[in-house]
Amino acid sequence: MTLFWQILINGFAISSLYALGATGFALIFGVSGVLNLSHGALMVTAVVAAWAAGDSLHVGPVTGAAIGVAIGFAASLLTYFVVVRPLQHTRKIREEEREIFILTATLLWGIMIQQLIAYFYTDNAKTVAPIVQGIMSIAGVSTPSNEVFTAVVCWIVIALLWLLVNRTRAGKAVLAASMNPRGITLLGVELSRVYIAVWAIYGLLVGIAGVLLGMFLGISSYSAGPLTASAFAIVVLGGLGSVPGALIAAYVVGYLETITAYLISPAYRTIPALLLLVAVMYVRPRGLLGRR
Amino acid sequence: MDRFESPGSAAPKLAALAASAALAVLSLTAPALAQSGAPIKIGVIAEATSVAGSSIPQAAQLAADEINAKGGVNGRKIQIISYDNHSSAAESVRAFQRAATEDHVNAVIASYISEVVLALEPWTGRLKTVMVTPGAASDVITQNIAKDYDHLKYTFHGYLTSTSLAEQVCDAAKDLLVKDLHMKTAVVMSEDAAWTTPLDAEYLKCLPQIGLKVVDHIRFSPDTTDFTPIFNKIEGEKPDVIVTGISHVGTQPTVQWKQQEVPIPMLGVSSQATNSSFWNDTNGATEGVLYQAVSGPGVAVTPKTLPFVAAFQKRFGNLPSYCGYTAYDEVYYIADAIKRAGSDDPDKLVAALEKTDWVGTIGRIQFKGKDTPNPHALKVGGSTIPGLMLQWQNGKQVNVWPANLANGKLKFPPFIKVGAAE
Repeated sequence: MTLFWQILINGFAISSLYALGATGFALIFGVSGVLNLSHGALMVTAVVAAWAAGDSLHVGPVTGAAIGVAIGFAASLLTYFVVVRPLQHTRKIREEEREIFILTATLLWGIMIQQLIAYFYTDNAKTVAPIVQGIMSIAGVSTPSNEVFTAVVCWIVIALLWLLVNRTRAGKAVLAASMNPRGITLLGVELSRVYIAVWAIYGLLVGIAGVLLGMFLGISSYSAGPLTASAFAIVVLGGLGSVPGALIAAYVVGYLETITAYLISPAYRTIPALLLLVAVMYVRPRGLLGRR
Repeated sequence: MDRFESPGSAAPKLAALAASAALAVLSLTAPALAQSGAPIKIGVIAEATSVAGSSIPQAAQLAADEINAKGGVNGRKIQIISYDNHSSAAESVRAFQRAATEDHVNAVIASYISEVVLALEPWTGRLKTVMVTPGAASDVITQNIAKDYDHLKYTFHGYLTSTSLAEQVCDAAKDLLVKDLHMKTAVVMSEDAAWTTPLDAEYLKCLPQIGLKVVDHIRFSPDTTDFTPIFNKIEGEKPDVIVTGISHVGTQPTVQWKQQEVPIPMLGVSSQATNSSFWNDTNGATEGVLYQAVSGPGVAVTPKTLPFVAAFQKRFGNLPSYCGYTAYDEVYYIADAIKRAGSDDPDKLVAALEKTDWVGTIGRIQFKGKDTPNPHALKVGGSTIPGLMLQWQNGKQVNVWPANLANGKLKFPPFIKVGAAE
């Protein structure tokens, strides 16, 4: 019985983190059609910034986390303005090749960020000082308080995002853009403003997810690739561009991994989720809730 | 942006490599040039962006500069040529080929990753170039030499083999845990890598011998991020101690051990814990962690240890990692061997290195002989390399074993429950 609760609790925390990370990734793709392969590198940037703030500026955990989120936010906007936007607007690239150019550019951008971080801060794993410490007992399972904190923050942020998208005018514009970008321009909404808004939201999500991950598990510059891959896998499983699909897929992957780690072996943790992904590709290529 | 001469990957370089490989074959057949006045070149292939690996080229350069300041070796200066291998075996092999065939090095100091050193080992024979590793641990490196001495005799193991590491951990555990704290049970927890296979085999053999029953043996993938399931399982088994074999996995096991407040002490090999930055990297989660090492801050293993640490810190601003000590020693004893060999001939250099008797920073360096199961492995224990057991206490690395070199006593954070078995 303890095992059941352990899986339930640990699986929930890790899944919530996956959900937050993948939501932003899905949002960007849904709205602007950009597969941002620098996703993991941006998360690592936020973590290393939060760690470095604690390490060299000696700020407290809350300030450190805030600095990490702010840097993640800035890095996201920088990615949009320096890498994505110029490629979206240039006439030198043919329309049908545009997506692949942006895809490649974000991949290279991610590698550049990763190498810069490794150069200045080494590729050793960093841990962000946790805001809450200690352990608590839930249903007889001793759980780090930080794990509970992680899950709670993830869900608050996801709830706020839901409110933003469904209850505000700007959010509705984002939603509309994801359904029909051309239609929204006919309504007089400037698409590039929607893009900036989406990248800003994405930046916050990436910053928060990164810092939480840095507190929970720790991260090194090497993690950039695997983080992008896991977000990508979750988003493909959920259906490209579908935020609710990404949320469900995050829990499927998170629990599948946790169950494997507990019942089979931690060494095989990621394998069943990848097999599931392959199976979904065969049976239902558009993913769980994909529209296309 | 590389600080180091990078091995490079561009196509023109490949072409150049092929051409130079052809040239090298020619030059190998020519008699070795014992140029007087020409510099002695030592190639350094290392993981320059990892904390542990970055000390390797730095320490080697420090040693070379010291030797050169005193006039070099018979008037010849030592020149260090560094290559960043980005922790990749393939890049290391390219760097090794370039070092041997283009840069004409006399010897190579390479890597702390066993997989990398094992990939380079056949190339030492093919290119007849001496290689000493400052940090890899797998016993297979020297076992290979025993199997094919004539080809692989150019490889020297400048750090402890995994078996020796495990033996030292058991020796320390016997004094610290069994005698002093009356512990009875252990769980072995190691990452799945080349260096831990012989390590774990020796743990499983020597722990019961010192009176610690092994109740479980866990091997996890080095890219494991979430250790919650592993620690939950271990907690359920209620051992007195977790004996570790961790290196490439990084900070995660240590951070989560603290975060989850696992009430069981960790002792063993934890390579990253040897770095002075480990406290900051883990935000202090490493408090109480016990780790095997051949050197430690403030521990005068030999009269050379502390002057080296001071010089390193003055120049680079941080303390050397474990393979910084060994890389520093290696430059010295390679230089010494070249002097004794009186020639640049690789076979004569091998013969001279085999007779090495050099007091370095980690102890007295002597290699095991050709007829042992591990030729060219370091002799350990006794008057050679004593080995230490250090513990992180309040941001400092304190040596707690052996008693004659200890500068502190065992101390655990409050969440650790020791003495449950007392």
